[in-house]
Amino acid sequence: VFKRFVEIGRVAFISFGPHAGKLVAIVDVIDQNRALVDGPCSGVRRQAMPFKCMQLTDFVLKFPHSARQKCVRLAWEKENINAKWAATRWAKKIEAREKKAKMTDFDRYKVMKAKKMRNRIIKHEMKKLQKMSSKKGKKPEKSEKPEKSEKPEKVQKSAKVQKAQKAQK
Amino acid sequence: MAGEKAAGEKKPGEKKPGKKKPSEKPPAAQKAGQKEGGEKKKKIKKHHASRNPVLARGIGRYSRSAMYARKALYKRKYTAPETKIEKKKKEKPRATITKPVGGDKNGGSRVVKIRKMPRYYPTEDVPRKLLSHGKKPFSQHKRRLRASITPGTVLILLTGRHRGKRVVFLKQLATGLLLVTGPLVINRVPLRRAHQKFVIATSTKVDISGVKIPKHLTDAYFKKKRLRKPKHQEGEIFDTEKEKYEITEQRKTDQKAVDSQILARIKKVPQLRGYLRSTFCLSNGVYPHKLVF
Repeated sequence: VFKRFVEIGRVAFISFGPHAGKLVAIVDVIDQNRALVDGPCSGVRRQAMPFKCMQLTDFVLKFPHSARQKCVRLAWEKENINAKWAATRWAKKIEAREKKAKMTDFDRYKVMKAKKMRNRIIKHEMKKLQKMSSKKGKKPEKSEKPEKSEKPEKVQKSAKVQKAQKAQK
Repeated sequence: MAGEKAAGEKKPGEKKPGKKKPSEKPPAAQKAGQKEGGEKKKKIKKHHASRNPVLARGIGRYSRSAMYARKALYKRKYTAPETKIEKKKKEKPRATITKPVGGDKNGGSRVVKIRKMPRYYPTEDVPRKLLSHGKKPFSQHKRRLRASITPGTVLILLTGRHRGKRVVFLKQLATGLLLVTGPLVINRVPLRRAHQKFVIATSTKVDISGVKIPKHLTDAYFKKKRLRKPKHQEGEIFDTEKEKYEITEQRKTDQKAVDSQILARIKKVPQLRGYLRSTFCLSNGVYPHKLVF
């Protein structure tokens, strides 16, 4: 049922408070509510932090309990947590949310145009498929076509995301 | 006391006492040949020291009248040169004017005073108003412009017949209103004035650095014109008022002159033209306080 546990070396994401948005490693447990936490590569000093503001990630580092910052840093860099974190969907969603909030009026217009174009293409393909399926009746070709349509959809999706990212710049 | 003070004051009134020019002698000795001619042309004013010795600070030896005699002011009377006044012969403003009068047997005209006597004198004088400071007329008010609005910014108009349209800002006029243009071919907004308060400034900017805006585009140019000749009776008044606004040729030429420069710059930015063509609107889930413009 539970997959992520609070343990020494667990990398956690701070969700609120002064260090909101940063990653830390749990170095030691103080009591039921607090942990000694350290984020040498993310700019968080070694400090006590309540569990409530932490959200556990999938990453675990290997260092003994109460290890000093140097060891935590070594383990962090060995595992290359920063790069791994940036590659997770979680981090990407956060980034996308930030970008969306920073969109200017012009960017919103560009995204709208991109979305519109994409939807048109998708609709066009759908209409084509519907036409074909209605013409040819219940032939087995119908089952093959939907798979093909997934591809153009995904192509457009990435194009749209790229456009949105371009709009940020 | 007062008399002595007056004598003391006279001193700074004199022509800068003690301003002798010892340097006058060498140049005069140098220019031997041109001596007389040079001196006559360049009359270097050699000021005399104070003719009123000081008894104590602020108190001179001689009275006003004595000083008058000592400085020989009786023979020093200057008047300002009358150059153009001579020519114009002191043009007096017109006092009367002859106006034509209708009806026969009336004589064709009457002589009418331009500045008439007051028709009413109040029994009591108007009391003196207390001094106030800082109450300036509108023309002298300080005009402010938001930092987010710079020439070339795309603005969103919020009021007026062009509400919701995105428009390019050109400059701030003397009354503080913003001069703005569509451009006309993009969104049918002509050269127009907009009020700063009723405008959202976006962060999108068009580079307007080299654009020359004609100087005659001022507030007077844009001001609404109203006829004021209520000669007719009530019945006909509504016809004569200029309801239908007509676009003058000058407006068209000015519009073209400005827009041609701006359109060239708009074309350089991709999708900007379409952006200016679109209108701004809110929909579900869109909150202005959360939007970044």
